Amino acid sequence: MSTRGYVNVAVILAAITSLEVSTYYVDFGPLFLPALLTMMAVKFVMVVSYFMHLKFDNKLFSWLFYTGLFLAVGVYAAALATFHFFLR
Amino acid sequence: MAETATAQPATAHDAHGAHVTSTGLSNVKLGMWLFLGSDCLLFGGLISTYMLYRGRVANGPTPEQVYDIPFTSVSSFVLLMSSLTMVLAVSAAHKRDDRGTNLWLTITALLGTTFVGGQVYEFTAFYNEGLGFTTSLFGSSFYTLTGFHGAHVTVGIIMLLALVAINKRSRVPGSKSETVEMIGLYWHFVDIVWIIIFTLVYLIPV
Amino acid sequence: MAIIERHAPGTTVVPALTPAPPAITPTRTFGALRRPVTTTGWKSWLFTVDHKKLGLMYGATALFFFIVGGLEAVLIRLQLAAPEGKVLNADLYNQMFTMHATTMVFLFVMPMAAGFANYFLPLQIGARDVAFPRINAFGFWCLLAGGIVVNLAWFLGGAADGGWFMYAPNSGPVFSPSRGVDFWVFGLQIAGIASLSGSINLIVTVLNMRAPGMTLMKMPAFTWMITVVQFLLLFAIPVITVALFLLGFQRMFGAQFFNVAAGADPLLWQHLFWIFGHPEVYILILPSFGIVSEVLPVFSRKPLFGYPFVVFSGAAIGFVGWGVWAHHMFASGLGPVSVAVFSVATMAIAVPTGVKIINWTLTMWGGKLVFTTAMKFAIGLVVLFTIGGLSGVTHSVAPSDTQQTDTYYIVAHFHYVLFGGAIFGIFSGFYYWWPKVFGKMLNERLGSWNFWLMVIGMNLTFGPMHILGLQGQPRRMYQWTDARAGEGFFNIAFWNLVASIGSLILTVGVLFFLINIVVTARNKTRAPLDPWNARSLEWMTSSPPKEHNFDSIPHIHHLDEFFHRKYEEDPATHTMREVATAEEVLAELERNADAHIHMPSPSYWPLVAAAGLPIITLGLIYSIPVAVVGGLVVLYAVYGWALEPSVAPASDFDPTENGASGNGHAVGASHG
Repeated sequence: MSTRGYVNVAVILAAITSLEVSTYYVDFGPLFLPALLTMMAVKFVMVVSYFMHLKFDNKLFSWLFYTGLFLAVGVYAAALATFHFFLR
Repeated sequence: MAETATAQPATAHDAHGAHVTSTGLSNVKLGMWLFLGSDCLLFGGLISTYMLYRGRVANGPTPEQVYDIPFTSVSSFVLLMSSLTMVLAVSAAHKRDDRGTNLWLTITALLGTTFVGGQVYEFTAFYNEGLGFTTSLFGSSFYTLTGFHGAHVTVGIIMLLALVAINKRSRVPGSKSETVEMIGLYWHFVDIVWIIIFTLVYLIPV
Repeated sequence: MAIIERHAPGTTVVPALTPAPPAITPTRTFGALRRPVTTTGWKSWLFTVDHKKLGLMYGATALFFFIVGGLEAVLIRLQLAAPEGKVLNADLYNQMFTMHATTMVFLFVMPMAAGFANYFLPLQIGARDVAFPRINAFGFWCLLAGGIVVNLAWFLGGAADGGWFMYAPNSGPVFSPSRGVDFWVFGLQIAGIASLSGSINLIVTVLNMRAPGMTLMKMPAFTWMITVVQFLLLFAIPVITVALFLLGFQRMFGAQFFNVAAGADPLLWQHLFWIFGHPEVYILILPSFGIVSEVLPVFSRKPLFGYPFVVFSGAAIGFVGWGVWAHHMFASGLGPVSVAVFSVATMAIAVPTGVKIINWTLTMWGGKLVFTTAMKFAIGLVVLFTIGGLSGVTHSVAPSDTQQTDTYYIVAHFHYVLFGGAIFGIFSGFYYWWPKVFGKMLNERLGSWNFWLMVIGMNLTFGPMHILGLQGQPRRMYQWTDARAGEGFFNIAFWNLVASIGSLILTVGVLFFLINIVVTARNKTRAPLDPWNARSLEWMTSSPPKEHNFDSIPHIHHLDEFFHRKYEEDPATHTMREVATAEEVLAELERNADAHIHMPSPSYWPLVAAAGLPIITLGLIYSIPVAVVGGLVVLYAVYGWALEPSVAPASDFDPTENGASGNGHAVGASHG
């Protein structure tokens, strides 16, 4: 990716971050949690795909990393679920 | 003298001097991605512990009472930008631009140091407001999670500066651009962990 | 550094140890001492990065701890042999069962599997070493350091006493005030570094350093099982790392994680521990499954039945194993929904294991069975693990587990699968691979005594525990009394005595193995190259293999490549007929030997880095300045390591060498 491309990604990330911070000031109503989590996920995937170059590299790297990620999310979400964490 | 076995690849090094591998992928890069995959389990555990305990404040202040969102937002922005400068360092390394590489690595380290400085300031402020490591479950989990992250950042800064130093003395063993790229992967990982922490810990109220 | 000079063409190669030529010392170093290069003597072991030497060191360390853990077990059984035992008081008893389990799990089975994996995985895939040889060495020294740290506690105020699962808050500072748990926490963290770094190393090795033509589905079953284990370690070790940090922070710095008064939930520890702990039990058993998948085909004179099923069921066990951990928590108050979910998942995991049992059985079916000691142990695993698996299936039924949990019925289950499974597999591996590693065969008569005493001893020890559990004997109980022993002749008293006698028979059985080692060492008879008529690539080497493993890297065309180089199918009769002996196959490799082979050079940084870790531990427990010193040692070692090339530069050794000739470099070996 060119320098211009990386800077563009960084600008988008900064914009999303501003939007995230705005939830502290502006009332998003019922959209608050889904919006925040979506923005977090989008930023995460963008850094991984572009800055870490995963989108352009061999798929094996993606498999290895995302396996770890999904295993982590799955296992810890299940554990939290047994604490009734998601029922509030 | 004995011949080379024809069963083997003609050269075990490719044109770039890198070792030939069964997948065609670099050993170090593969190793780094495996490590990052496993680090997800580490931070996942710390984040889950925090999420479970964030509201348990038998003593001392609650999150809303101590968090300074504007301040932490600036900190987050600084770390995010350090990811950009890191990627520019990797770019420069690929172009064999030594001065550019060192420049961007140094800036990345500076931004990282700013971030850590912000964390230190934040922790000190919280402590002065009554939130210690042992004060409450919230305190213990908060400092452990962000502390581990901060430690990871610090290790990253040390690696960045060490690389600049080694680079200057042309003492990098192996591929220079690959080394920069690997440190870059580590650095970005530390950034994406913060992306999660910033949202879950700071922005979502208890 | 070993520059390998080639034999003149036409020389017959004798399968014996050929001494390496004197090595050349590089003059540039980055540390205080010159870079180590000796190829003989104790220094060559201390600074080695050779996967085979490291494998042997892992094995020797593991065997030592097996004896330690075994003695701990015998003390437990002596205490429980009679009512109101006086051998151990309650406090010592707690330490004994904690350390017995900790030692067996973390310091015997895991390192022994690491030893087999380190030695044989590169050989089985046709590689010359692992991807990161110095990290490999670092891992071993970390394991040794961790084992020492955990056991130091015996001499410094008492060993850890909270059970190997160390439930908090019982293991916290209030209820476990002695330093034993601190040593346990740190020791396991250090040992965990060995497992984690080893897992990254072996996965990269398997993915990247296979001989040309060896696709993943042509790898031996042992290599596959080890690979699955490495993925389990990769993802499970960080979880226990978190748990250990939380407990450590509570004990050392007053964190509140397990302080119930502050609102903590003790289930947090249990979840974190068992999310690690369940994959851990598959980490313990899969290597032995791999060994047995090698041994059974060889001694049945048949290929492994259903190789793809064996591979995929191994992967399935690794995968589904992540979804069952809370079956260790059925009685902890999780609630009916969680319990039901985990109960069903646990039933599911019996399926892939059953697939393996079927495949092993069908491998033997119709085969020409040869009952060597290795084969006996392998068949023993199939039978005994099945028994253990059946009791495991009864645990998966949550209501029934509610009665079984925390009784000796559970102890029976896991000893059948761990002793009858993991340990029998390990012993099978000993007898099978001893000739390859040491150039000598273990004595078969002694082996027979070893095997039968272990089978009888093991069943007498752990069989009765099923009954004891159902009769109501709880775990971790330091003493039983006549009043509590129940009525009738076959009561708790009777079965405890039987179990204790069984443990003594077991001890004699293990003793026979140790005697076998000594007798074999003294025996001058050298083993043939291929004593068992084996199938896989590690047998296509000298005994022991040369430092660089293969004179030339073979090109792979089949699963069981070595077998197919010896045998071809006769088109007329459709039977396999011999076309080459093992010696001839090996001679072919040697004829085509590579001209220059650069192996990774020895290094002392891994040892120094690992040595800093116990210093940090002692510092954190006793005196912070010492911890700082330890930290500096580690930092210095990392610095020296980073600057040191993994292979001393060619210009130091051979002025005519240039990179373009490139022949014979270890395929894919990296600068780790």
